[in-house]
Amino acid sequence: MTDIADTPTRPAPSAPAPSRPGRVGDSPVRPDGIPKVQGRFAFSSDLHAEGMLWGRTLRSPHPHARVRSVDVRPALALPGVACALTAADVPGVPLYGLISRDQPVLAADTVRYVGEAVAIVAADHPDTARRALEAVVVDYELLDPLVDADDALEPLTAAIHPDGNVVRRITLRHGDAEAEADVVVEGTYEVGMQDQAFLGPESGLAIPDGDGGIDLWVATQWLHEDRDQVAACLDLPAEQVRLHLGGVGGAFGAREDLSLQVHACLLALRTGKPVKMSYPRDESFVGHVHRHPARMRYRHHATAEGELVKVEADILLDGGAYASTSWAVVSNAARLAAGPYRVPNAVVDATVVRTNNPPCGAMRGFGAVQVCFAHEAQMDKLASVLGIDPVELRVRNALATGDTLPTGQVLTGTAPVVACIRATAAHPLPEPLADDPEWLELPGGAGRTADRRRVHRGIGFAVGYKNLMYSEGFDDSSEARVRLERGVATVSCAVAEVGQGFVTIAGQIARTALGCDDAVLGPTDTVGVGSAGSSSASRQTWMSGGAVLLACRAVADQVRHTLAERLGLDPATLRHTDDGRLVSDDGTVDLTVAEAAGDDPVEATAVHHHDQTKPLDRWGQGDADVAYAFAAHRAVVDVDVDLGLVRVVQIATAQDVGRVLHPVQVLGQIEGGIAQGVGLAVMEEMVIEGGLVRNPSFTDYLIPTIADMPEVLATCIEEPDPESPLGAKGVGESPTISSTAAVAAAIRAACGVDVARVPVHPWDLV
Amino acid sequence: MNGAVPSAPTSTPFRLVVNGVERQVDGARTGESLLFVLRERLGLPGSKNACEEGECGSCSVLVDGELVCACLELAGAAAGCEVVTVEGLAGRGAEPGDGRLTDVQRAMVEAGGVQCGFCTPGFAVAIHRLLDRQPRPTPLQVREALAGNLCRCTGYGRIVAAIENVVGGRSEERPS
Repeated sequence: MTDIADTPTRPAPSAPAPSRPGRVGDSPVRPDGIPKVQGRFAFSSDLHAEGMLWGRTLRSPHPHARVRSVDVRPALALPGVACALTAADVPGVPLYGLISRDQPVLAADTVRYVGEAVAIVAADHPDTARRALEAVVVDYELLDPLVDADDALEPLTAAIHPDGNVVRRITLRHGDAEAEADVVVEGTYEVGMQDQAFLGPESGLAIPDGDGGIDLWVATQWLHEDRDQVAACLDLPAEQVRLHLGGVGGAFGAREDLSLQVHACLLALRTGKPVKMSYPRDESFVGHVHRHPARMRYRHHATAEGELVKVEADILLDGGAYASTSWAVVSNAARLAAGPYRVPNAVVDATVVRTNNPPCGAMRGFGAVQVCFAHEAQMDKLASVLGIDPVELRVRNALATGDTLPTGQVLTGTAPVVACIRATAAHPLPEPLADDPEWLELPGGAGRTADRRRVHRGIGFAVGYKNLMYSEGFDDSSEARVRLERGVATVSCAVAEVGQGFVTIAGQIARTALGCDDAVLGPTDTVGVGSAGSSSASRQTWMSGGAVLLACRAVADQVRHTLAERLGLDPATLRHTDDGRLVSDDGTVDLTVAEAAGDDPVEATAVHHHDQTKPLDRWGQGDADVAYAFAAHRAVVDVDVDLGLVRVVQIATAQDVGRVLHPVQVLGQIEGGIAQGVGLAVMEEMVIEGGLVRNPSFTDYLIPTIADMPEVLATCIEEPDPESPLGAKGVGESPTISSTAAVAAAIRAACGVDVARVPVHPWDLV
Repeated sequence: MNGAVPSAPTSTPFRLVVNGVERQVDGARTGESLLFVLRERLGLPGSKNACEEGECGSCSVLVDGELVCACLELAGAAAGCEVVTVEGLAGRGAEPGDGRLTDVQRAMVEAGGVQCGFCTPGFAVAIHRLLDRQPRPTPLQVREALAGNLCRCTGYGRIVAAIENVVGGRSEERPS
């Protein structure tokens, strides 16, 4: 490269610079896209080390039992079995957990759900490891399981955990609890247990370093949090536990909690050999947390003109055996209980309890999904009673910037709720179902059971919203490092790429801010860079995108000073533009940061924090949230009213995205999130009987196939949020929140049945 | 005590022709699936293991031209067969990492059909098989043919778009 001193400064361009590929707003291909489509991207389950052993986990078959003894000697006697460990072999803190450490690494004296880890083994072959599990002898004394969330609230019910049966109760009171109005509608609603059903199984490879420390490659959502929990359980200093991101085959919340992290490390440290663990699908179904089942009683009060006066809600979530993120999920459910509407008076009681069901925690939408199903059913009931069009009723009550939320927090960010509703309603409706349709166009599809004459069409509408980033005073900051050298920007950030496409966005931000064509990503681990926070809560574009942008600006600032010095200018006369140039006030200097930097490497590290939020007070009041995102969905369904079969025909949506950074990836998040919302509406439920998961397979737990997915019409509402570093809001969760409620509303409209529970099963409709 | 425990039965060595290359499989245990042998014994982890019971299609490979779930196929039963995995789509003997992509693979990446990517290899194989049989499938034919391949990230919209791009591209090359 030419020395900067010899580079002629350019005249101010007379025309806009030609568009450069891969900038913010373009749709460059994912940097991991080609290896993924060639089959050479290393997912965590693809990892291999010479001489590695296979680890497996022995799990409780009982929902509640005392563990009298665990005898691993028969397993150790099998040829090929290298190691078998129990609770007594955990050297450090025997418990783990994201918010409170309440879950045993391995059960010591009690098991509290079917699937709880009791012992772990390592062997030379997966089949040997499986046989070893069968050889372990556990003496259980069975206890009565607590499997009903309502029973958990009863004062006489024995606590199933030393921390008690109530994980958290939120008592939210806003305005006048006694307020009355012209009309009242009420209802009780339920949401079943949904599984994230990511395709890439929980998996990881632990390699001991021979010096007491360990390297773990694992599929996770938050490397640094895992690192801290694993180190505590292993009783090792954090620097001796190095986590590296193994390729992640989807997450959706299910990888926020630890699964095999500690187990793989224990086995590797004990054997001195690399240990790989990879859950089969049936184990995966009990190896991670799920979306909380909910029972919600609502009462809405409104004026005759349709103005909401008061919302009362009583919400009960089944958190299962351990706390996971229940503490935060129930708070979301309480804060968001009334939906994206102006509600001057609110009375919300939300409780999450412990039961002997599988533990529940994070899943896309995180508490907002459940309450959205309820508050949107209530809005439709209200519209019906008042004789007001359901869309107009929502517009009439829609939140806007400056409104006060039920927590007392004033909405300061962008809130294009009306725009989302209007744009959703403006999408064209699908053609009517043909008189003689193809079988796949009918409910029941290739099953060929539907009778065209008995197929009714329905249209439903729903609006939802959710907080972005972590809430209630938590500082989920993100760190990024950017190094600019010979025109190439290297971005290091510990974001867990789980499929969402942060790897693409990071490069776009760096190319745009530094005016370079090449951006590459450094390794994703806990070694070279600080925490990026979790890939959850729709937060990485805002938080880690913000950190990358800050680091780029710091690089640009260094280059600006160096350039000014070389050119003999006052640095104050040069400014860094949003498109990555350094421009002088008089227009004589106009270079990209990359050009101006020349051959000397420039590096900067930056940490992005969002504004400090506050805890809720005893009445659920407080400025708990950073920002909110909104979306509306309209669903069109066909229902065979005799068989109760549903086909979702079309979903139209408009979503508050702030600013589109990558149009194709935004659309991918919208379509993918809607698929999970449709799944919850009509097919996805973990069936739990007496604490036992009855359908832990893709044969029996159904997720939407390509044949199940409706046409999706999507509009992005772009009102850049001034608080967001790039103006963009996280887009991952909104599509999943109100799509379920819209489908349920459409089913009600199609067949006149009061759908009060999702997923809707055929027997609910006939 | 060890003497009382039978050691795991090992199958006799057999040969597979994988992506045009004859490979000898030694030391496999009886009952190992084709998927396990490809991934763990032959160094071809491109075919994925999301369910291992034939429901998700992430392990889709071609065995003598037929689309099968490698997780359900006994490796020994495929002895002597021609197996094509995602690693071999771009040409017989193609080396992983040489950057060669088929039109389907390129379209999947460019249209946004890849997010986490775990289903992608299976989709790539299945889409090739579909378009070999039906060069211009209707939208419903696409949905029927690919209903055995689960994707949890994309909602399938960009995968459908990728297929439309491939069909369009092939039509331009070979107008009929």
